[in-house]
Amino acid sequence: MRVPVEWLRELAHVDSHVRGKDVSETLVRVGLEDEGVHGGGVGGPLVIGRVLTLEPEPQRNGRTINWCTVDVGQANGTGEPQGIVCGAHNFGVGDHVVVVLPGGTLPTPDGSFQVTARRTYGHVSAGMICSERELGLGDDHTGIIVLEHRLADEPDVLAALVPGEDAIALLGLDHEVVEVTVTPDRGYCLSMRGIAREYALATGAPFDDPAGIPVAARNDSGYAVRLADEAPIRGRAGCDRFVARVVRGVDASSASPSWMRRRLIDVGMRPISLAVDVTNYVMMLLGQPLHAYDLDSLSGEIVVRRARAGERLTTLDGVERHLDGEDLLITDGGDVVLGLAGVMGGASSEVSSTTRNVLVEAAHFDAVTVARTSRRHRLVSEASKRFERGVDPAVADRAAQLACDLLVRYGGGTLDDGVTDVGEVARRDAIAFDVGLPTAYVGLEYPRGEVVATLRAVGCEVVDREGQVVDVRPPTWRPDLVDGPDLVEEVARVRGYAEIPSVLPRAVGGRGLTHGQRVRRLVAQTLAQQGLVEVLSYPFVGDELFDRLGYAVDDPRRNTVRLANPLQDEAPLMRTSVLDTLLDTLRRNVARGARDLALYEIGLVTVGRPDQPPVPIPGVEGRPADDVLASILDGVPVQPRHVALAAAGDAVPAGPWGDAQRVEASDAVAWAVELGRALGLELLLRNHSRAPFHPGRCAVVTLADGTVVGHAGELHPKVVGALGLPARTVAAELDVDVLVAATGTPVQARPLSTYPVAHTDLAVVVDDGVPAADVAAALGGGAGPQLESLTLFDVYRGDQVGEGRKSLAYRLTFRAEDRTLTTDEVSALRDSAMRAAAEAVGAVQRA
Amino acid sequence: MSGPNTSYDPVEVAALDPQAVDDAVSAALVAASSAGTLDELRAARSAHQGDRSALALANREIGALPPSAKAEAGKRVGQARGRVAAAFAARQAELEAERDERILTEEAVDLTVVPPRRRVGARHPISLVTERVEDIFVGLGWEIAEGPELESEWLNFDALNLGPDHPARQMQDTFFVEPADRSGLVLRTHTSPVQVRTMLDREPPIYVLCPGKVFRTDELDATHTPVFHQFEGLVVDEGITMAHLKGSLDVFVAMLFGAGTVTRLRPSYFPFTEPSAEIDCQCWICSGTDDSCRTCRGTGWIEVGGSGMVNRRVLTASGIDPDHYTGFAFGLGIERSLMLRHGVADMHDIVEGDVRFSTQFGMEI
Repeated sequence: MRVPVEWLRELAHVDSHVRGKDVSETLVRVGLEDEGVHGGGVGGPLVIGRVLTLEPEPQRNGRTINWCTVDVGQANGTGEPQGIVCGAHNFGVGDHVVVVLPGGTLPTPDGSFQVTARRTYGHVSAGMICSERELGLGDDHTGIIVLEHRLADEPDVLAALVPGEDAIALLGLDHEVVEVTVTPDRGYCLSMRGIAREYALATGAPFDDPAGIPVAARNDSGYAVRLADEAPIRGRAGCDRFVARVVRGVDASSASPSWMRRRLIDVGMRPISLAVDVTNYVMMLLGQPLHAYDLDSLSGEIVVRRARAGERLTTLDGVERHLDGEDLLITDGGDVVLGLAGVMGGASSEVSSTTRNVLVEAAHFDAVTVARTSRRHRLVSEASKRFERGVDPAVADRAAQLACDLLVRYGGGTLDDGVTDVGEVARRDAIAFDVGLPTAYVGLEYPRGEVVATLRAVGCEVVDREGQVVDVRPPTWRPDLVDGPDLVEEVARVRGYAEIPSVLPRAVGGRGLTHGQRVRRLVAQTLAQQGLVEVLSYPFVGDELFDRLGYAVDDPRRNTVRLANPLQDEAPLMRTSVLDTLLDTLRRNVARGARDLALYEIGLVTVGRPDQPPVPIPGVEGRPADDVLASILDGVPVQPRHVALAAAGDAVPAGPWGDAQRVEASDAVAWAVELGRALGLELLLRNHSRAPFHPGRCAVVTLADGTVVGHAGELHPKVVGALGLPARTVAAELDVDVLVAATGTPVQARPLSTYPVAHTDLAVVVDDGVPAADVAAALGGGAGPQLESLTLFDVYRGDQVGEGRKSLAYRLTFRAEDRTLTTDEVSALRDSAMRAAAEAVGAVQRA
Repeated sequence: MSGPNTSYDPVEVAALDPQAVDDAVSAALVAASSAGTLDELRAARSAHQGDRSALALANREIGALPPSAKAEAGKRVGQARGRVAAAFAARQAELEAERDERILTEEAVDLTVVPPRRRVGARHPISLVTERVEDIFVGLGWEIAEGPELESEWLNFDALNLGPDHPARQMQDTFFVEPADRSGLVLRTHTSPVQVRTMLDREPPIYVLCPGKVFRTDELDATHTPVFHQFEGLVVDEGITMAHLKGSLDVFVAMLFGAGTVTRLRPSYFPFTEPSAEIDCQCWICSGTDDSCRTCRGTGWIEVGGSGMVNRRVLTASGIDPDHYTGFAFGLGIERSLMLRHGVADMHDIVEGDVRFSTQFGMEI
């Protein structure tokens, strides 16, 4: 909402020294948002000039400039004609124009610039003859301002023009316009009436209600209007008041007075014709959207009803609209659709240059009906914005009266005696309000007298009885005031939020972070410390991704949730693995020139289900019934938290220290295992085949009990190709929730033996296909509890062990709790380990 | 050598002659000082201090002397042997020091060549800011509550007093799950459903912070992202007022942006709070003293979020008696905090996953 300060001064008492900035600060204090102050950027000398001579001078660049001399009176200090170069051609000798002299300032988007005399086209141009745009008056820069045209409807002013006199006030350039944003609950502030009331509230200054005008009483001789809403939405009639007045013999297409045009420009509207300008002006003043019809285009009574199947309307913006049964319509005789009620009129009944008789509509339409129609047709108008937020139903007759009065005054004609005013606006119920509530809610003392006075100043009727509770009936323009806290806000904002003290509440003492929250931080921290970089990605994926990842047709990871309105049509699904989107992030980094990369991301994934039930949406009158609440909570898809990592390129680059070491599948596995160790978990590995991994280079990572934590390895070459990743990209994805569930019970400490350790080495030969993890598990089991550690230190394949075989060399470290182990004991333990490996995996001790 | 010398041979007593002892000492000192290496020193020591050296022999003679002569001879030989031993020890130390120094010099390497044994990783600054914010509130005794990102419509809207016709429920703001008219599921547009979940789950007193990822159908540009992070606070207890809201926010901004930073509340409107307030944070760069400050654009205040007293209807839908308890709630954006606190100019850098962005922050923010 743009608020011309000059207009505000007419409606509320604004101290003469108050500037736009002060008005803005005042309005912000009571709940409007500051969007800046416009205008006021022109600084003198800006004076009236009269063109004395004008010599067109063609230039070599094809342009023709005019070398002018202009009478600026004594404004230039000499009384001599001022020489000025001007590029516009829409004026002539004798015209009155607006001249900015050297030293004057003009507004620019970033501030202002100072005009100086400068040499141009072979002359010294001492100032500028101004266009509307240069002065911030409008967008027209095609021609300069000719006051004979601009002030055509004010002959007295025109006749009194004296060259050299100040033009700032004449053009209204001393006007500042304050722009504020109005929150959705404050529809009444989309009018000068509402803004002025707020300003008066904030300053305590008097407010002069512009709606307080005499109005002709309703009668039966007006134009026939029938309210016939047969399908109210949620029990609310689409229209509960319709006022219609008729002006005959008016020149509807004549220009509106310059003061009105100026105000419309100030509030951001384009002046068009008297009829349109008057309806807009009254709407901006009182907040009541109006519509003007060409009376002669109407044939029957006006009927307000819902649309019927198949009806269409071409709205004023030229778009043909297919109407919906919920759309509320204004119709001529019930058949011809004139407009979408409260949103936009149709083209057929529009006021035109030949219109002589005008019907003015001032109606009150239901907020929900208008909001739905506006959204359904993606059609937002000044009218729909106001009805959606709530229009004062009591102001309709005043607005119609004022509009007709203005039409008659500026366009001639006569106002019919008939006054149509149909419908019943329900009187609002009073709110039983505890006057102690503001103090209880805000933490600041509000005496009873202040509470009652503030509510009355806001416009409420307050019945102040004995006792704590008073009856408060909110004003017609405040549909947002419905319960106690709404009234508390009024009391608090009028005193000012700045008064609210700062008091830290004493929390009861929390549990700190939960185990799960600490684990998640540790996972993130551990990976970062291992050299991986945390990134974030959007969790949206495309339909074809699961094919590219090589998922089988029945892979459960294809089950997910589809967005009805995705940001990009090619990515409508929610990811089911973090890798789904992390791999694309890896690709982007490579595309940007990175070569050696190790990334990770922690985030939620969706576990979709084919039989996803609709999730209920109960009312909000109270806590939902237990079974309803359960189906809400259970209906939300499971979303476990995963961590995924991906790496490519070199783990260690080549350099003086030696050759490069490429990232390989075992790195991904090692990161996963280390993560487990950081959490005190010994994760187990098994070779496994699973998309999107290389079938021979993938390990499933499990807990000791076999619960799957995730997978790690090298990506399948086809996946690498399909996703445009670097060759041999490695990756892992682990379920953090599983890690959380597997930890958290206190670790029970083992006593530390201080007896010496005994080392022994053992090389075993097994078939090449036997996983090292199985050999280690067998050795560990056979070696018994005195085995402190088991380390694989060499793998050998070759002639000495034979084709298809491999030798694994381990160092076994033993320690007993209660004594120094003897050489014989250690040998026996080693033999026992060997026997176990022989039994489990067919291992043979290497000679 | 403590017993009397039984094989006394008076012919060899000449070894105890003072001149002979002095000569032996001089010879030993010369040998010690002229040894150039530890090996030479070892040989010289063997010659002058060994069992067959002149002083060793002289020492052996002392036992054969008559008691009256023993003391003087013993003193003379003992002092001589002491001087020799000291000389050898000193030379030994000198030569060892020389050797150690030589080895250290030979072992010198150019340590400006750092082998990258370990790559340095990094956290995403959004995570780091989130954790920092969490820690501030945990320090105040609050708890951290979380919930799903794919959320029920009822929890995201209805329970928060955003009725079926509220503009936020329209397609232009919210990601709906297919079928949009039946699924009852959305991508949460704020972390407020976590507040409702918390209130449904437990009784007051409630002091929780709800950080997390949220979704709005905004196109990505320099200041907007469809997927972003926020944190919301919720307190429900007896006697909670807007003063408590202000107090909590003041403490928070002072901890995140620097001591002395305060907030300002402005009346506003949110469906889930009444009364409602916008939160402005005092500019921690210029404190309002610089008209050309780029952080606050010269206003001295930076809009950081929304807040208010929990709407009675929200408490009611969550099963909390609004006549017994009151509460406040607030919500602020992590991206915005990050951009303001660290001068991030373009949202693209935060969301695109470029490792260079995370890496410049390391693991602490």
